[in-house]
Amino acid sequence: MNYEAVIGLEIHAQLLTETKIFCGCSTRFGSEPNTQTCPVCIGMPGVLPVLNRRVVEFAIKTGLAMNCRISSYSRFARKNYFYPDLPKGYQISQYELPICEKGYIDITVDGTTRRVGITRIHMEEDAGKNIHEKDCSLVDLNRAGVPLLEIVTEPDIRSPQEASAFMKKLRAILRYLRVCDGNMEQGSLRCDANVSIRPEGSDELGTKTEIKNINSFRFVEKALDYEIKRQIRVIRDGGEIVQETRLWNSETGKTESMRSKEEAHDYRYFPEPDLVPLEIKREMVEEIKAALPELPDEKKARFVRDYKLPEYDAEILTEERSIAEWFEEAVRLGARPKEVSNWMLTEIMRYLNETGKEIEEIDLRPPQLVELLELIKGGTISRNIAKTILPEMISTGRPAEEIVREKGLVQISDTSELEALVDEILSKNQKEAQRYREGETKLLGFFVGQVMKATKGKANPKIVNEILRKKLS
Amino acid sequence: MRISREEVEHIALLARLRLTDEEKDLYSEQLSNILDYIEKLNELDTSHVEPTSHVIPISNVFREDTPVESLGVDEALGNAPDRSDPFYRVPRIIE
Repeated sequence: MNYEAVIGLEIHAQLLTETKIFCGCSTRFGSEPNTQTCPVCIGMPGVLPVLNRRVVEFAIKTGLAMNCRISSYSRFARKNYFYPDLPKGYQISQYELPICEKGYIDITVDGTTRRVGITRIHMEEDAGKNIHEKDCSLVDLNRAGVPLLEIVTEPDIRSPQEASAFMKKLRAILRYLRVCDGNMEQGSLRCDANVSIRPEGSDELGTKTEIKNINSFRFVEKALDYEIKRQIRVIRDGGEIVQETRLWNSETGKTESMRSKEEAHDYRYFPEPDLVPLEIKREMVEEIKAALPELPDEKKARFVRDYKLPEYDAEILTEERSIAEWFEEAVRLGARPKEVSNWMLTEIMRYLNETGKEIEEIDLRPPQLVELLELIKGGTISRNIAKTILPEMISTGRPAEEIVREKGLVQISDTSELEALVDEILSKNQKEAQRYREGETKLLGFFVGQVMKATKGKANPKIVNEILRKKLS
Repeated sequence: MRISREEVEHIALLARLRLTDEEKDLYSEQLSNILDYIEKLNELDTSHVEPTSHVIPISNVFREDTPVESLGVDEALGNAPDRSDPFYRVPRIIE
């Protein structure tokens, strides 16, 4: 029998606000432990939480971008449990009446587009951080009270590849909106997955497990792939799936049962009496909607339509808003779109991947790339020379012309100079010339190579080719 | 409405309370009485009444996203029963 997977995701996204959700403590990452707390976020008696307006704006923004219905009335709830990183003994979250419901995100895998439903998006506070020592645990409450959006999907995902595509798209949207930096390794974007399997074509749902600790984009696919195969193995061996929480272990490449004593999850939610409800006015939603940036899907479609880019180029250029904007600026300065795309997708992206930098962090700006392209177009340098100097332009921000002049890289297009050189090379390689004339025309590349070697790559390849053909015929 | 001994034990576990046998019986009795008393409210027909979210008729109380000074480490940890600077120190959580 063949099995199919049923996957739902639960995502936590840390919001890029300056301050925490219910107090004015800073949310800065990486500060000294316990230096960003106050009586509100460490749960002292008698304090009152007050909601950060920007958190509500970010939640609405995200909901709109994910095609959700924005609730006109919303409130907070207490989720009760004891854990040392939760100073109040409850987390302020939302239960009934979340701020956003019933949305969707479209994903494309292997050319097929599928719609993944968003059940709800709600606002809540993050907990602190525990560090486990040999004989005790240490608690840092800097993160306690940092605003989170919890995004819950419908169990619409059918494969690890789809889950990965979904997370990529979700991250792109969050980053376009500038509400979350989407860094899974640092934990500002976290993803838990509910996974079950069933016979292909069945409508029933199998027993699910919850996978936690997927702490990198690389692991979304790997962890789910492992878990689905594990469940299929269990069923084929005549066993039963146990409903449990399993942790992804990136070192072993396996999911492992948490084996904690299964404490009944009984959160006893009730409306948070310390916070007044939210009444979200239509005008506020409309205002936020009007200010939404163009989102990845629309931008990609526009790049294909207006710049005549291949789907593949448009897809990659629009994954990051800053990269898309960089591209468009170069095009606005007069460069040919496909030309800019080619350079960005190869040399520039390679540099970004290797250094882990964002495009706005490098010294090369669009006008400098356009200058370089002008030098090629005008015949001053060859494409190959351009390739060799681009890395230096990227890392130093120096203009192309300066580097070309300093290193004497100006292309040789002087026909008489090149003709003399070709004559010399042909006389040195008479055997090869003979073979060429006898029909071994693939030797042309050999001669071009010799000319390039002699000129350190500066010979104009088009002219060299012409001269060679003429002299060898 | 009866609150059984098992339910009392469950609630005590969630609240991290250790109860003696006598207390379990006593609370089972008392909690049942309280719920019976509250049960009286169910005699009212509330099918046409909006559920109350908050007793004060106001909504949308916000603060602006502007940082303010936090407590220093010393002050923050001041009430902690145990500390290992700059952290709160608690019994080991994971097995």
